[in-house]
Amino acid sequence: MLDTALWISLALIVMALALNVYRLTIGPSLPDRLLALDTMYVNSIALIVLLGLWLNTKHYFEAALLIAMLGFISTVAVCKYLLRGDIIE
Amino acid sequence: MTHYVILEGVIAFFLIAGGAFAFIGSLGMTHLRDFYMRLHGPTKSTTIGIGCILIASMLYFWVTEGKPDIQELLITLFLFITAPVTAHLLAKTGLHLRLEHVEKTRGHPVELRREEVGEKPVPHPDKGHG
Repeated sequence: MLDTALWISLALIVMALALNVYRLTIGPSLPDRLLALDTMYVNSIALIVLLGLWLNTKHYFEAALLIAMLGFISTVAVCKYLLRGDIIE
Repeated sequence: MTHYVILEGVIAFFLIAGGAFAFIGSLGMTHLRDFYMRLHGPTKSTTIGIGCILIASMLYFWVTEGKPDIQELLITLFLFITAPVTAHLLAKTGLHLRLEHVEKTRGHPVELRREEVGEKPVPHPDKGHG
């Protein structure tokens, strides 16, 4: 039962990543692409957690936490740059 | 024995629910019509989806190793704190760049000035006379 659920969840997350790549490619404006990139960060965290479940190891959670922090910081930095023309004023 | 079967069912339910929520969020981001609508999908649905997947992972390692772990809860907490901040900054960026919006999303937040929601700048009433 757990194997089947893991396969279904992996398939859904991979389809979500494909949709994010589509929006990242065609996105008409810069904030659209930024939103797609931020969602890709979150979906890749989900993918890493599922990989940890698949391999039955807990070593991937530090990587997931690192990706979460880097995604948040980079999104905020690009937003500040677009809003103010500068990151640290 | 039945104890483990029930727990396995709960973990499987959380995994599938998380995947479905994340997929629906990305689907909304792809198919909605303007930026302010597209902002809704990832900020709410994808966040609850990854929360479900992390809860499933936490339950699985709790069951297999016998003791709870705080790391998954930490990731969940961090994502639930940062998602509204990111959404707020992205919405402000969209308003600042005056992105196109369809007719249905043309409401005005009361705390913003008229030029901040994409209309023509209005002169301040204290300036420009005399």
